[in-house]
Amino acid sequence: MNDDKKNNEAFRFSRRGFIKTAGPTTAAAMAGRVDEAVAEIEKSEKQELVGPAASPIELNINGETRRLKVEPRVTLLEVLRNHIGHTGSKEVCDRAQCGACTVLLEGEPVNACMMLAVAAQGKSIRTIEGISASGKLTSLQKEFVEHDALMCGFCTPGFITSLTALLEQAPNATDEQIQEACSGHLCRCGTYPKVLKAARAAAGRRGDA
Amino acid sequence: MSEGWPKNPKYLSKDLQRVDAHDKVTGKAEYAYDVHPKGCLYGQILRSRWPAARIQSVDLSVAQKMPGVKAVILIQKVPREVRYYGQEIAAVAAETTEQAEDAIRAIKMIAKPLPFVVNTIDALEEGAPAVFEGQSNLSKAKIRNKGNVDQAFNEAHAVIELAVSTQVEVHHPLETHGNTIDASGEEITCWASTQGITSVRGGIAKALDVPNNKVRVKMDFMGGGFGAKFGAGVEGVACAQLSREAGAPVKLMLSRFENHLSVGNRPNSLQHIKLGADKNGKLVAFDLNGFGSAGFASGGSSAGGGGGAGIPAPYIYDVRVQRSSQIGVAINAGSARAFRAPGCPPASFGIESAMDELAVKLGMDPVELRIINDPQEIRSKQWSQAADRFGWKNKYKKPGSSPGVVKTGVGCAGSKWAGRGKGSSAEVEIAPDGTVEVRCGTQDIGNASKTFMTVVAAETLGISPELITARVGDTTFPPSGGSGGSTTCPSVSPAVKDACDNALEALQEASGISDLSGANWKKACARLAPNPIIAQGKWKKGLSGSGTGGVQMAEVEVDTETGFVKVMKITCVQDCGLLVNRLTAESQMNGGIIMGIGYALYEERVLDPITGVALNPNFETYKLTSMADTPEIDLELQNMPERGVIGIGEPATVPTASAIANAVANAIGVRVLSLPITPDKVLNALSKVPAPEESIPWGRVASLTAQGEFIDLNSKEWIV
Repeated sequence: MNDDKKNNEAFRFSRRGFIKTAGPTTAAAMAGRVDEAVAEIEKSEKQELVGPAASPIELNINGETRRLKVEPRVTLLEVLRNHIGHTGSKEVCDRAQCGACTVLLEGEPVNACMMLAVAAQGKSIRTIEGISASGKLTSLQKEFVEHDALMCGFCTPGFITSLTALLEQAPNATDEQIQEACSGHLCRCGTYPKVLKAARAAAGRRGDA
Repeated sequence: MSEGWPKNPKYLSKDLQRVDAHDKVTGKAEYAYDVHPKGCLYGQILRSRWPAARIQSVDLSVAQKMPGVKAVILIQKVPREVRYYGQEIAAVAAETTEQAEDAIRAIKMIAKPLPFVVNTIDALEEGAPAVFEGQSNLSKAKIRNKGNVDQAFNEAHAVIELAVSTQVEVHHPLETHGNTIDASGEEITCWASTQGITSVRGGIAKALDVPNNKVRVKMDFMGGGFGAKFGAGVEGVACAQLSREAGAPVKLMLSRFENHLSVGNRPNSLQHIKLGADKNGKLVAFDLNGFGSAGFASGGSSAGGGGGAGIPAPYIYDVRVQRSSQIGVAINAGSARAFRAPGCPPASFGIESAMDELAVKLGMDPVELRIINDPQEIRSKQWSQAADRFGWKNKYKKPGSSPGVVKTGVGCAGSKWAGRGKGSSAEVEIAPDGTVEVRCGTQDIGNASKTFMTVVAAETLGISPELITARVGDTTFPPSGGSGGSTTCPSVSPAVKDACDNALEALQEASGISDLSGANWKKACARLAPNPIIAQGKWKKGLSGSGTGGVQMAEVEVDTETGFVKVMKITCVQDCGLLVNRLTAESQMNGGIIMGIGYALYEERVLDPITGVALNPNFETYKLTSMADTPEIDLELQNMPERGVIGIGEPATVPTASAIANAVANAIGVRVLSLPITPDKVLNALSKVPAPEESIPWGRVASLTAQGEFIDLNSKEWIV
């Protein structure tokens, strides 16, 4: 994808990505491509079954390869928080309704509470801990601090993560794009007006408030 | 009143950035939920799946033998009763969350389901299932009487009557209730998600039967409370007991589902209101006949820990002659708890709806009617100040006169709150390198405690905020009480100032330098080596004030084809007393308003009358305000240093829903009588479908509330 296209294309939420991975067989069958559907079924039959006991998995988290043994039912969020100590992503609703557990999977925001860790293998996973790994705040984080776009702070890592993905794809994101990126995120303290201002400022529109 | 504060401040009333913002934007901030001591187990609770049942036996033996399970406890001895869907029965601790979940499923129970009632109106009826066997579901009526109400109504020029209702609202802080507790040894540490570390300490010590001084409660960060997180709670006590039994630390955080059921809510209200005025619009008579439920404990002595169903009507207005009779009704549901300005949002919705109806009847502008009847000096000016900012005169039109399918309307409402200070204490440590640590056993619940403490210390010591570290949330610090009632800032700020004043004096004495400004600061501090100075301070009368007022105005668009309401703008004028830190105070006001929008349009706990089960225990169906629902918010924070520090976290949320409801009525020309104002209610109102509030047997309610306990008008219970 070239940069221009990145900027102009509406920011996409990653549900599409989920559908893509979950339903290729169905998709192929629905499209009437019987050969492809058969190939998909054969491929899935060849895959080794895992579980219910803990099995070894390998995850690429913030550029590091992490090997661990977990049951297949364990979510990516659980692994991040309870197995490797990355507690920046929060569990708030456990139903993909609030965005507090957002991580970037291949650069796209996903709800880590709704993804099994085994399914995240082979993909790059970036968490809030990987967003300012050097300890130096990104310009988005700086704007959050300056505008006071946070209160209790529990939802903040999720907002930052989704908005980081947006601004990397669309550095001059419009208000509409910002609103869309924040649409999967809930805040109970009511920081939205300042989140919007901070994101605008990070997108180069500091004066528009 | 507040001569103690500087006349020309350098840091007070400015925009200091939140001092812990860096930790929050990087995910480094460690909440109770994030603490993970070595060998930490995960706790979970088994809950009642019946709205009412007698639990005859509970078999824990299978769960105890399951893989990874280290402790299994009963919450309460059996046989026993459970009185709501979601009540706690047993708890387990296991090595992984999945193992804990498996163990919960393996607990077997024998229970006898009992009759139940979850609808407040049904619970009033004779023969309704009793929530507590052999007891009435109704509390004694609370009656207030001033003057001859019947006579005053007879003599009134204009009288309106209306019946309204408000819903049960659930706090839903994003960090659920819970703790990480290490009770494996003699010294017990509890990392709590709490608004009151001291009360949690007392609760845990009592539950484990250990002295208070063996329990340390810590709270570095917490993800919101809104009034629901004061005590140790059933889940805190269970966590401590599991930790003791397992001999290992245990983390027990509730799920969103559990948070919805059992850790507090704002009671509903049903109000029959009569309001009369003379021909000039001066209010002459008020009558309220009302009831509401604070859950299963509503009829008993514990009406929900500060969250009873009573409302302080007629709230902000001065009515010479008034009567109010209210009863609490027990239902099979989780108990209420204090919720951001307890009682006030429902009271405001009732009286402000009535005020607008009266204004229509009198042919008066709603703002004018309020100015005439507002007894509070500051707020009576705020009505005009808000109207000017908002452009009320141009925007206000006769109800229902907005043309087209999508109609616009405006509404207004006011608030009052005490926001006073009380006995906090704090201490200040000045190190030989010139840095300062300010410590206070208060909490930072998102209200920026650490930040305003830094502001006050920088101002008083005359040094840069960068030299100061503020710490809260530790029972080893000087005690400060719970963070509730908007008392934190007015309590803690004077205590920090006093400690800083004392520290300055001690530093002058120890260093022999009397002028500590500029470069002298470091010079004086260096003379302290090797020991720091530690000075204590206490809240003092005179540095804080009380009695804040605010006015909000709302502009809405209502689609008369879909019933959809969009809030376009909220203007808010708020008296803040001495504004300690403007940047974070703005955030608090925004937050109160946004929560008020949820109360107006989206949030409602729904219980199924057939099964007694909560139908919307998640964020898909219990809807919070989102960014897309958030309108333009125009704030005027009035800084009145002469009034001292006053808390504003609660009043911010009170008038929003009332103003929105009045704006909707103004737009469509008919009133939606209940909150939340959902599209179906708008369409029903437009089609003249009678509202449920109108079919309540109010005559029977009046006979139930006619006899009761007389409440003295000066009783503290009714003063907010």
